[in-house]
Amino acid sequence: MRAFTYERATDAGAAVNAASNPGAKYISGGTNLLDLMKLEIERPTHLVDISRLAFRDIEELPDHGLRIGAQAANSDTAADARVRARYPVLSQALLAGASGQLRNMASIGGNLLQRTRCPYFYDPHSSCNKREPGSGCAAIGGVNRNHAILGASDACIATHPSDMAVALVALDAGIELLGKSNTTRVVAIGDFHRLPGDKPHIETILNQGEMITAVVLPAPPPGRQVYRKVRDRASYEFALVSVAVIVAIERGTITTARVTFGGVAHKPWRSHEAEAALIDRPAGMATYRAAAQAAMKAATGRGHNDFKIDLAQRTLCRTLADATREAEKS
Amino acid sequence: MTVESPSTSLQTHTAAVRLRVNGTERVFELDTRTSLLDALREHLHLTGAKKGCDHGQCGACTVLINGRRINSCLTLAVKHESDEIVTIEGLGTADALHPLQAAFIERDGFQCGYCTSGQICSAAGMLAEAAAGWPSHATTCVASHEIELTDAEIRERMSGNICRCAAYPNIVAAIRDVVEGAGS
Repeated sequence: MRAFTYERATDAGAAVNAASNPGAKYISGGTNLLDLMKLEIERPTHLVDISRLAFRDIEELPDHGLRIGAQAANSDTAADARVRARYPVLSQALLAGASGQLRNMASIGGNLLQRTRCPYFYDPHSSCNKREPGSGCAAIGGVNRNHAILGASDACIATHPSDMAVALVALDAGIELLGKSNTTRVVAIGDFHRLPGDKPHIETILNQGEMITAVVLPAPPPGRQVYRKVRDRASYEFALVSVAVIVAIERGTITTARVTFGGVAHKPWRSHEAEAALIDRPAGMATYRAAAQAAMKAATGRGHNDFKIDLAQRTLCRTLADATREAEKS
Repeated sequence: MTVESPSTSLQTHTAAVRLRVNGTERVFELDTRTSLLDALREHLHLTGAKKGCDHGQCGACTVLINGRRINSCLTLAVKHESDEIVTIEGLGTADALHPLQAAFIERDGFQCGYCTSGQICSAAGMLAEAAAGWPSHATTCVASHEIELTDAEIRERMSGNICRCAAYPNIVAAIRDVVEGAGS
């Protein structure tokens, strides 16, 4: 690990100033950052520890939404009674990720900034445009079983690893940001992460030093919420494919449909195509199959990951069938 | 001053760190890169927490911070000024075993023993989480606050601790004994 200086922030504005300098980085839970610093993939020269700032609370909003402080632990958020009752898809997604120990350390803001687990990104001897811009992509033509089938580019086919972010996209969350001179902005989560294009090393719209202060959830949409994750082992493993679904039915017709996939792209993948194929249609497997086909119409395999195109469709169909069976009961 | 740098100049790569471990407070001058695990093992000579993967994947380094289980390899010692840290050495002693330690012996919940202190610290944290009503990936309905620690729940909640000897059935049995109050 490269040497760095360390400071513990007690004031958000001062932290933003400190982190705006080149080479500076925030550290919160540190579970991903320290992992990458040990491998010298991340090489900050100065760490600003923001884990003790007063951004840990989960607060009610006037519109029946919730504001989750960026420093709230993944475990506290998953266990929060309001999240469990009103946003169960978020609780399920958080609990499907990592281990008990990691969820206790990892913060909500840090979860959004996780780097890909592409093995070529982690291997300093491989070419990787994300780690070393311009060096090429060893995953294209390499072992790419875990890689993207949607929204990839010739520069990068890595996937985003977060489960939580997939649920947040389905919930239309906003990300609250604090920048220099106390400027704040709220960015829709769908616009927060970038597709790789020709600059896969730039993963979000964050400016240098800009800090995530909270995740804002609007009032939950009507309907049943389900997160389903398919992976190589039953626990403590990243997704091959995952899906967050929110679906409501009235008299056999689908009246609300939100579909977001994980494990298929460089960012959580909202499928407006699947949603359009579900809304106002009769609930049932024929509708779900049509939606799944619409969702994967633009999908491209790279060889080893071709199976994900089928797997994503089956996962969506099964999740919708489970969710609507429950939705009809209630 | 709005930014507090614990007794360091921003130009130095070392820091004075005050750690409270197993009820005892100690101050060290540490390289900022020192993981909590290395501080415990190399500076405090508490070698119960083990270094397995050093990347948060195996759980052998699990300790409790303010009552919560974490991977001590994936956090910096300097981040834990005045936190309450408990290692396996603080959980029980040879003369006064923690109920989980007694249950692991009774149920033969280990073979080589390398993962065991991590397993036991993790189980202690996990039991507190379940007692607080936290759900898990194995919980059928996350909105329910009735948590029953079935074997499936124990296995899911302990998935961050790998046992290379595969003593899992006995580890689950030991934890189940403590859940049922038969561990000592």
